[in-house]
Amino acid sequence: MPKISMRQAINDALHLEMERDPRVIVLGEDVSGGAGGTSGEREAAGGVFGLTKGLLPRFGEDRVIDTPISESCIVGAANGAALTGLRPVAEIMFADFVGVCLDQLLNQAAKFRYMFGGKARTPLVIRMTCGGGMNAAAQHSQTIYPMLTGIPGLKVVVPSNAYDAKGLLLTAIRDDDPVIFFEHKSLYMDECEVPDGDYTIPFGEAAMVREGEHVTVVALARMVPLAIGVVDKLAAEGISCDLIDPRTTSPLDEETILESVRATGRLVVVDESPPRCSVAADIAAMVAEKAFHHLKAPIIQVTAPHTPVPFARELEAAYLPSPEKIEAAIRKVLGSR
Amino acid sequence: MQISREQMLRAYRQMVTIREFEERIHVDIQRGGIAGFTHLYAGQEAVAVGVCEHLTEKDKIISTHRGHGHCIAKGCDVIGMMKEIYGRQDGLCKGKGGSMHIADLDKGMLGANGIVGGGPPIAVGAAITAKVLKTGGVAVSFSGDGASNQGTVFEAMNMAVVLKVPKIFVLENNGYSEHTGFSYAVGGRDMVRRTEGFGMPVFQADGYDFFSVYEAMRQATELSRNGGGPCAVYAECTRFFGHFEGDPQLYRAKDEVARLRAENDSLKIFRQRVTETGLLPGSDLDQVESEVRELIDRAVREAVAAPAPTEADVLTDVYISY
Repeated sequence: MPKISMRQAINDALHLEMERDPRVIVLGEDVSGGAGGTSGEREAAGGVFGLTKGLLPRFGEDRVIDTPISESCIVGAANGAALTGLRPVAEIMFADFVGVCLDQLLNQAAKFRYMFGGKARTPLVIRMTCGGGMNAAAQHSQTIYPMLTGIPGLKVVVPSNAYDAKGLLLTAIRDDDPVIFFEHKSLYMDECEVPDGDYTIPFGEAAMVREGEHVTVVALARMVPLAIGVVDKLAAEGISCDLIDPRTTSPLDEETILESVRATGRLVVVDESPPRCSVAADIAAMVAEKAFHHLKAPIIQVTAPHTPVPFARELEAAYLPSPEKIEAAIRKVLGSR
Repeated sequence: MQISREQMLRAYRQMVTIREFEERIHVDIQRGGIAGFTHLYAGQEAVAVGVCEHLTEKDKIISTHRGHGHCIAKGCDVIGMMKEIYGRQDGLCKGKGGSMHIADLDKGMLGANGIVGGGPPIAVGAAITAKVLKTGGVAVSFSGDGASNQGTVFEAMNMAVVLKVPKIFVLENNGYSEHTGFSYAVGGRDMVRRTEGFGMPVFQADGYDFFSVYEAMRQATELSRNGGGPCAVYAECTRFFGHFEGDPQLYRAKDEVARLRAENDSLKIFRQRVTETGLLPGSDLDQVESEVRELIDRAVREAVAAPAPTEADVLTDVYISY
């Protein structure tokens, strides 16, 4: 099986699904780029990280829509297109820009079906780049999925590798509910084996990345490869961990996490979002409520601090959860037995 | 202007239905029969009906928090609407939406919308669908002078022009953004020039006169349906009630509503126009009025008697697949 990057896997999924379903359209800022420029190069960008490259020449301007910088209208138009029979995949260039267009997610897309008594279908995907690691500072680095996970009516996908990204994106586009698809920018070039063809990964099914007996580690997005490194290192010392990647935060596969905690009695949750009202806190609370008597030690959360994402290399490195912090947490949760 | 006798009678029926619907809700709210926040459209009937008489089910509209009139004009079932406003299980939205969120997607009605300025971007998307699937339809958003100050409306106007989609912005200036006057809140005091600044034509109408709105919308649909891109219809009008039911309207001069009801009532203006020119006899209009009153009575009777939703209904319709 060929090894490809997450960027390539997402691009492949978009090509596949646009080919398969003529109702799929792509819209966003610079999804092709070049319109109105002086070079005459029509596909001058293909997305700011190249995720949508090749779509315009293949599928044309009606289905690959370069929009003005208007996040509210991008999401709003995706909402309207979805309500009326298309399956739009909109791109918000950086997840941070949800601050500009939150209404169209929070009050519109998420609520149409419920407010309208079950009659609305809003099959849309909003792709957005998230996460730190590129020194992009406070307004281009956040992982805001906790905020959107808290909105009933949205589904939220947080892939950690190329294989999952492709299968989950195909599921997302075929899903009849609004789906927010988070792409961690520091994972775009990470490669793994990805099948050429069509396959889907269901929502709400966590991946058991490593199996062990002493500690349950739950990690999201870029924290998954970091945690793999730590878990594999500790395995050499005889400390074995279940490593669970939920893959979707809404719906959340509670049962896989609970089952693991019932066996290990110890939980470390790793996420690079700030700690308050986060997915990590949500998982910790869920386990405390539903598996309290199985716990042999207090749950430990490894998160970013309650600050904005800083710029300088040293500051961002200190801000983000690191392998060292994850390892320390696993040792600590074991030490308090 | 090409408009048949049947069309005129249908338009009058729609306008009277909106008026009677709203007047009745105004009374029933005071009696305590209806929960929540309600914003009435009475006074603006000529705009909703003048616009929607040009639309069919392949055309989509999206409305505002003041949406009952647009829903009725687009063909939503009046009894289902009344049940919804009463919060009933068999209401148009199963009692989950209420006054501010009435929708009927089968009729091309994409919803009233509780967020001022929330609708126009969504209608741009409906217009993209019309363009991509070549449905021949147009997408219409209603928005007011209040929404004209929201960035979302500017974004929608610009994007509609850039993408050249069949989108019609119907701009209803009823003089007030909630409790604040147009002359204060709209910088430049000119929604038409603002809209033209985005690069689209604006067809102006007298919002009290059905025939004037009908003619402006005729030009608008002719342009947008035939690949001419977006445009707007602008109408000045008034609401006969407050921003919401219960609004004491301290911002309005004491005699303002009485004067408007006497001089600027779109129903009276319509009646005078068609009877004086001999287009329709007054007796036909009388009959429409009495039939509509019966319909509204029946709607209220059925809404009062209809079952309330159950606790189990809270948990359904959040997602299509779980």
